[in-house]
Amino acid sequence: MKSRREKVAGGVANFIDERTGAAKWVKKNLQKVFPDHWSFMLGEIALYSFIILLLSGTFLTFWFVPSQEEIVYEGSYQALEGVKMSEAYASTLDITFDVRGGLLMRQVHHWAALLFLAAMVAHLLRVFFTGAFRKPRELNWILGVALLTLGIVEGFLGYSLPDDLLSGTGVRIAQAIIQAIPVLGTYLAFFAFGGEFPGTMFIPRIYTVHVLLIPGIILALITVHLMLVWYQKHTQYPGAGRTEKNVVGYPLLPVYMAKAGGFFFIVFGVTVLLGAFAQINPIWIFGPYTPTQISAGSQPDWYMGWLDGLVRMSPPLETHAFGYTISWNILLPGLILPGIIFTGMALYPFIEAWATGDKREHHLLDRPRNAPTRTALGAMSLTFMVVALINGGNDLIATHFNLSINQIMWATRISIIILPPLAYIITKRVCLSLQRYDRELVLHGRETGRLVLLPHGEYIEVHEPISPEKAYMLTQHEQPLPLQAPEADENGVAPRGGLKNKVRSRLSKAILGEQIAKPTPEDVKALEGGHH
Amino acid sequence: MSKEIAPLQDPGLPHHVHRKADTDPVAEKRAERQVSILFLLSSAGTLLFIYSFIWIPTDVFVFLPVLGNTNAHQLGIGAGLGFALFFIGAGAVHWAKTLMPDEEVVAQRHEMRSSDEDRASFVETVKGEAAKVQLGRRSLIKRSLGLSLGLVGLSPLILLRDLGPLPEQSLLKTTWDKGVRIVTDPGNRPLRPEDLEVGAIVHVLPEIKDPEHRKLNDIAKDASILIRVRPSELKLSEERMSWTHEGIIAFSKICSHMGCPVALYERTTKHLLCPCHQSTFDVPTGAKVIFGPAARPLPQLAITVDSEGYLVAAAAFNEPVGPSFWERNS
Repeated sequence: MKSRREKVAGGVANFIDERTGAAKWVKKNLQKVFPDHWSFMLGEIALYSFIILLLSGTFLTFWFVPSQEEIVYEGSYQALEGVKMSEAYASTLDITFDVRGGLLMRQVHHWAALLFLAAMVAHLLRVFFTGAFRKPRELNWILGVALLTLGIVEGFLGYSLPDDLLSGTGVRIAQAIIQAIPVLGTYLAFFAFGGEFPGTMFIPRIYTVHVLLIPGIILALITVHLMLVWYQKHTQYPGAGRTEKNVVGYPLLPVYMAKAGGFFFIVFGVTVLLGAFAQINPIWIFGPYTPTQISAGSQPDWYMGWLDGLVRMSPPLETHAFGYTISWNILLPGLILPGIIFTGMALYPFIEAWATGDKREHHLLDRPRNAPTRTALGAMSLTFMVVALINGGNDLIATHFNLSINQIMWATRISIIILPPLAYIITKRVCLSLQRYDRELVLHGRETGRLVLLPHGEYIEVHEPISPEKAYMLTQHEQPLPLQAPEADENGVAPRGGLKNKVRSRLSKAILGEQIAKPTPEDVKALEGGHH
Repeated sequence: MSKEIAPLQDPGLPHHVHRKADTDPVAEKRAERQVSILFLLSSAGTLLFIYSFIWIPTDVFVFLPVLGNTNAHQLGIGAGLGFALFFIGAGAVHWAKTLMPDEEVVAQRHEMRSSDEDRASFVETVKGEAAKVQLGRRSLIKRSLGLSLGLVGLSPLILLRDLGPLPEQSLLKTTWDKGVRIVTDPGNRPLRPEDLEVGAIVHVLPEIKDPEHRKLNDIAKDASILIRVRPSELKLSEERMSWTHEGIIAFSKICSHMGCPVALYERTTKHLLCPCHQSTFDVPTGAKVIFGPAARPLPQLAITVDSEGYLVAAAAFNEPVGPSFWERNS
């Protein structure tokens, strides 16, 4: 006998399948296997915080008035009673003080934005350091870089909307960057702002871009990003029983669905609690924007901080020639360096594949220590960004720790040149040491801390062999040799593309040249034979 | 590739270890109870949310350690909604971890690349279709279509033309001109030299007929500062010296780097500091940049007094104020 509920469910399933033929596809995909690891949640957090942004953002649009028309404030926040301000700022005050739940939703929206960017960056680092971007996932890597870029722009536009003193200062700086573009800059700035700064057009315009254009593009790219993950199947960490040909994990239904769905609610809950307990962007304290005022310690959100830090540490360079001006002090840190960083990031998978000559598919992740050069490059880039970010907060550091701002600026100016290469060298050494440690573990086992006194008076520490699973995990990685540049033939004629080959073999040597030889089965056998 | 060293023997997937709830009915019951309690906590959160939203007035503040005085309404709805969401998630995850099947399964991967036959037949199809429409032979069609697509692609750019006016001369001009009185910002009061003591700084704007309706666009260029030092402390050329009045010197307040207002004045060192990027300008030497990313001094405004003894501009700014731009000729 079928229960009533089963009958209804069967009816619905039958209705849909007869019209779409979905049963086969759905059945197959409900059993899709997802590997489980905490680091795979980082991308999930980004996805969930984007959904939270859509929900809380929609709420905010019901009251926000995207207009720079000047009005006199008459709301319930007494400190600004009778002050002239834009409608955008006034409506943000209304959301904060007169709409119940408005302040909560504003804070949830802002926290979710910070979390969205932080999760994307953490996810990017995970993908980079484990080599998950390798073939066949290069396209998804590029989509990820595009999403990060859009996320930064979207975040900036979002915090510019309230038209408060802090965000207006950010807009002023953005306008100066646009205006600094050679030849076209002045025109672009006038088109973007509908004339001179600040005008009355910018906020209505970026409102459309912020609530419609960019979220739409982000949503579309996320969809493709996830479809590719689905289609290509998720990568997995190496371990016993895991190969390039299989994927080990939990089926989508029910375990993965319950975990992922539950995790969405956890992220949402934590974001709302942050919005409830941790004040963020208190625009009523900053006051309305006016071009003549500014508060000390003006800071952008953290994901723009590195950019501001680069601008702050830039040398005062400007070229005046033939009646024209090129502002290197703005272009270099504001456009050229970020352009190089993001282009380099997007192209990295192809550069690495070209240098290693590796055209195979990879589904097993690298342990970062087994790719020392890549790991070192990552550490180098990260160090660069962190130094830039620190300088973005140099005024706050100066006031909090009673330091001279000039000294901090000079320290970061020097550090940003010296520290990244240092980070590269140190990270590479650490990786190689860890490889040596792995080799030791496989060959001689783990230190037990048990000291034994031998009959002839010698003390030794007992080592215990590690499990076969672990030994396999520590030796499963490949150690390919660097590519050799093609030699000249017997007539001494150099092969074509001499410089290209040279660069390639150099790069290849840099990436693959230094490895600690992993123990071979013969090594292990020889030791076992000779041991005691 | 290279000679690849074989890894040690793969022992295969580790043996599955059962959880307590899989074997012990008591543990299973306990896990079930725990999951329900978590879900019920979520309901309690929603009730708190509804209660706070309706019955806690928005002007009640409570004192909490660490947080200080906090709005009770905001706290109630936030905590309620936050816990309501969080505990649904916690319950679901706990359910999945303790009671749902936890045996890992293995699925096979397939290479992304299509089979050689599929690839070959794909190429054939494309070639065949191309041949059918004779794309190779109809070069006139091809070229004219290319031209049209390219031209129609320009139209969005044309359509966007009216986004803004052309810059023309607007970046070169401010409201300041010969004889324009200097008034305070805020307040719009005209100033006499004796209103400024040595060491004083005053934020100023040009006097206009209707100061209640000053345009932000104008303010963004006109904003200036007056600083009074001892005349002997000024180290300026003779011409620049004549732009000052009894030790009162006027500069544009808009930073020559990125346009933030240069609003911090250090009286002891006579430095002006921009809070945005820390460019530092030395007042006695004509706001020369002594630190930071700015590449040009702040433009100096020539000032004097009119017949009634009020401070006025002696001339317009002799260079554009604010951040640099391509057409800037100095």
